Amino acid sequence: MNDFQTRRAEPVEAPFSHSRMWVRAKNGPSTSSGLRRLIAPALLLIATPALADSLMPDAQWANAQLPDAQQEHEAKALMEKIRCLVCQGQSVADSDSDLAGDMRSLIRTRIAAGEKPEAIRAWLIERYGNWISYEPPMTGITAPLWILPLLLLALGVWLARGRFRKRKAK
Amino acid sequence: MKRTWLWIPLALFGLFFAVMAVGLSKPSSTTITSKMIGKPLPKFSLPPAHAPQPGLGSASFQQGQPRLLNIFASWCIPCIAEAPVLSEMARKGVPIDAIAIRDRPQDVDRFLKRNGNPYQRIGSDVNSAVQMALGSSGVPETFVVDGRGIIRYQHIGDIRPEDVPEIMAALRAAQ
Amino acid sequence: MTAELGLILLLIAAALATLQLGLGAISIRNPDAGGHASIKPVAVLQGVAVALSFLCLIWVFLETDLSVKLVAANSHPDKPLLYKFAGAWGNHEGSMLLWVTVLGVAGGAVALFEKRLKVASLTATLAAQAAISIGFYAFLLFASNPFERLDPAAETGQGLNPLLQDPGLAFHPPTLYFGYVGMSVAFSFAVGALITREVGPAFARAMRPWVLIAWIFLTLGIVAGSYWAYYELGWGGWWFWDPVENASLMPWLATTALLHSVTVLATRDGLRAWTVMLAVVAFSMSMVGTFLVRSGILTSVHAFAVDPKRGAFILALLAIYIGGALALFGLRIGTVREGNRFDPLSREGALVANNLLLSAILGIVMVGTLYPLIAESLTGEKLSVGPPYFNATTGPLALILVAVMAAGPVLRWRRDEWGAMARRLALPILLGAASLLAVVIAAPGLGLLPLLGIVLAIGVGAASLAPLWKRNLRRTPLFIWGMVISHLGVAISMAGMASESAFTKETLTAINVGETRAVGPWSVTLKDVQPIAGPNWTAMEGAMEARRGNTLISSSTQARSFSSPPTETNEAAISTVWDGQLYLVLGKHQPDGRWQVRMWWKPFVMLIWFGGILIALGGLLAMIGRLRRELKPKGEVA
Repeated sequence: MNDFQTRRAEPVEAPFSHSRMWVRAKNGPSTSSGLRRLIAPALLLIATPALADSLMPDAQWANAQLPDAQQEHEAKALMEKIRCLVCQGQSVADSDSDLAGDMRSLIRTRIAAGEKPEAIRAWLIERYGNWISYEPPMTGITAPLWILPLLLLALGVWLARGRFRKRKAK
Repeated sequence: MKRTWLWIPLALFGLFFAVMAVGLSKPSSTTITSKMIGKPLPKFSLPPAHAPQPGLGSASFQQGQPRLLNIFASWCIPCIAEAPVLSEMARKGVPIDAIAIRDRPQDVDRFLKRNGNPYQRIGSDVNSAVQMALGSSGVPETFVVDGRGIIRYQHIGDIRPEDVPEIMAALRAAQ
Repeated sequence: MTAELGLILLLIAAALATLQLGLGAISIRNPDAGGHASIKPVAVLQGVAVALSFLCLIWVFLETDLSVKLVAANSHPDKPLLYKFAGAWGNHEGSMLLWVTVLGVAGGAVALFEKRLKVASLTATLAAQAAISIGFYAFLLFASNPFERLDPAAETGQGLNPLLQDPGLAFHPPTLYFGYVGMSVAFSFAVGALITREVGPAFARAMRPWVLIAWIFLTLGIVAGSYWAYYELGWGGWWFWDPVENASLMPWLATTALLHSVTVLATRDGLRAWTVMLAVVAFSMSMVGTFLVRSGILTSVHAFAVDPKRGAFILALLAIYIGGALALFGLRIGTVREGNRFDPLSREGALVANNLLLSAILGIVMVGTLYPLIAESLTGEKLSVGPPYFNATTGPLALILVAVMAAGPVLRWRRDEWGAMARRLALPILLGAASLLAVVIAAPGLGLLPLLGIVLAIGVGAASLAPLWKRNLRRTPLFIWGMVISHLGVAISMAGMASESAFTKETLTAINVGETRAVGPWSVTLKDVQPIAGPNWTAMEGAMEARRGNTLISSSTQARSFSSPPTETNEAAISTVWDGQLYLVLGKHQPDGRWQVRMWWKPFVMLIWFGGILIALGGLLAMIGRLRRELKPKGEVA
């Protein structure tokens, strides 16, 4: 079993420019778009451990739940909003990467210490920018994004209005 | 009036086309840069990563001289690639400190024996806490911190010989 | 020789497509020049030529002709026959050839079987179809020739990525292409109708079977993709709002809207401009989806054999076809007299609401997917738009949409009364109210979206059966059955989603072999962990045993490591019982000897995909029903 663990740490495909990289099939499987459409989200998630992994055990709360159900619920909700730095294609709540595990542990530790989820999210945004949060903030540049649904509905009703006839004019 | 709005779909498509054409022409990068550049180093104090060398605290970066802060790990392959470049910089008198991410002392020891030890102090960050406080998103990364403890520059990925002039310039600018 | 033959056939097909477009153009300008008579056989011949060319490609893959570059790069003499076969389209060039083959064959089928349209409209449609084909022939011949020779021949092939050697994946691309190409035919019909100004019920009836085919395949593609992600990814998620997933969802949303508006046009001659617009949009979305995935323009997707040059080519095709069609729309649609009007509370009104909501959701998904790109080019700052945004914005709209879906089928055409509608829906409304009460009492503190989801699913499920009420079931037309089953599928799928999000129980733990932990009502024991080896991977296999009352389930989960490319995958142990799925994953080995185990109990989660299959099945019944009625010798074309 230890043999299995050490194999994971063996050098893989040097040279990587940065160990965040995942499988990059340059000449390999140039699949059809349809095929890729299906597997791409999957590859994002499963391909991450292609980099060498740390031999350290997981951080305390990386893969363990907080005993307080309400706190665990808050922590989980926050994790689902935080984007994984390594795989970039999913939240830290469902990533196998070590850094995502450490981030889960950080989130659970701080929630257990009584910190509010929004404060933790702000702390992360201060360090990594808005990229880290899957929920875009409400700022000047993202305002169109949040107004969009109402705008589209209003536009639709305006378009449809011409198709209706008055009730009286039967 | 009624005629104009018939052209709105085409106009929207034109907008879409423009965005896509711009997006296609400049390949965007997947690197996430730290937002801590220009801000003071977060307060931290890390235990030694292996026995012979001292650990690392944020106080070390308040001594008036700019320093390099290298984030590395013994299990990281590009870190091996950049080791000779760092050693060369250390020989030229660049002060370099390091944070070892998720590492065991014996592994750090072995890594330094094999690849050289350009570091003055090495702190051990077993759960990436300081790494996250720095806004660093992977290993290896290198920060330039000025003499008052302000982060001035971030290099993402392994340092190659061609990257050295830019880092040296950042160090001079941080004087 | 087979490769050369394939290339020659491809050239012939391209020449025939050019001829087809030329004949079409002449006939539109000069209807008496006799082009109408000759364009049909040309379209059929083009379909035959390109199909034969594709057969040549399959042949070189089956015999593993290593002097063909594409075969050498993507196949291997020792590969199982199925994957040699699927290898023909499991790569960029081959998949583009498959694309254009389906396109050509569909064009031939239109030429052979379409009898309802006026001859000028049919000619214009076939010309539009040829124009699309020509773009892809050019792409193949100039930028991605599948028959290119390798000199000298390769010693052996490079093989296919082991991850792709999965029977489901082998047949996924053709599934999606049938969807896309079905939309391209609908698009051609729309362009043909615009050119000849014949936007009316005949056009709608001619287009409808193709829209249905496309819709069935797109639905199946999404269902399969979602389930594959669910069982392969190991964290229990089934939809991630990933840009790639969104790229497959967008054509489906547009096609669903089109399917409903085409009914209004066919039955009531209403929504003319809107239906034409949707046909253009639906095809655009399949092209946009292909473009987004192929160009790698959304970095969040991943770096997986993407090629910006090919992206540029697809973008250019997109600009020509979509830009051209929208320009034609702007020029011509003003001269198409708008069809019949109707009361807001009517079958048409409900279908319009359906269209508006689907279009709004489509707009949100599209803008949300592209927004990071737009924002970064405007400000230089990276930002992410992910599940929290999409759930918050599309969720409420989807719930309203489903409520409209419950009412629509029981409304009369042209105008109806609120009271009458309420009477027809009395039973579903009662059921919904009762379930609301039951859920609030049984599971207090449930989130608003899941609560509404469950209540609506029950009410809507009952309402979807309402059109069968007081009907003679044996004499009910097949397309009514299709609608009922599809709508029931939506309700069932939504029930699954709501149940999954409301009632999932999660246990993350690290245990020794022999230890037991609880997840929801189950006690799960890790019985054993053994290393095992597969053809190109090694794995640790955990044997699990789960007990609930008298029910005992044994299952095994694997953590697999592939050597090339170095990849790790989780094979979750998913056990299905009547009321849900137990999802167990073996994680890392801890230094203290314990194993990480992730466990989920997901009540009724399988309804998500079961409902999806019902939706597609309903589409199939509707298509058979429509074709049977309309291809009858004495077609009673109203």
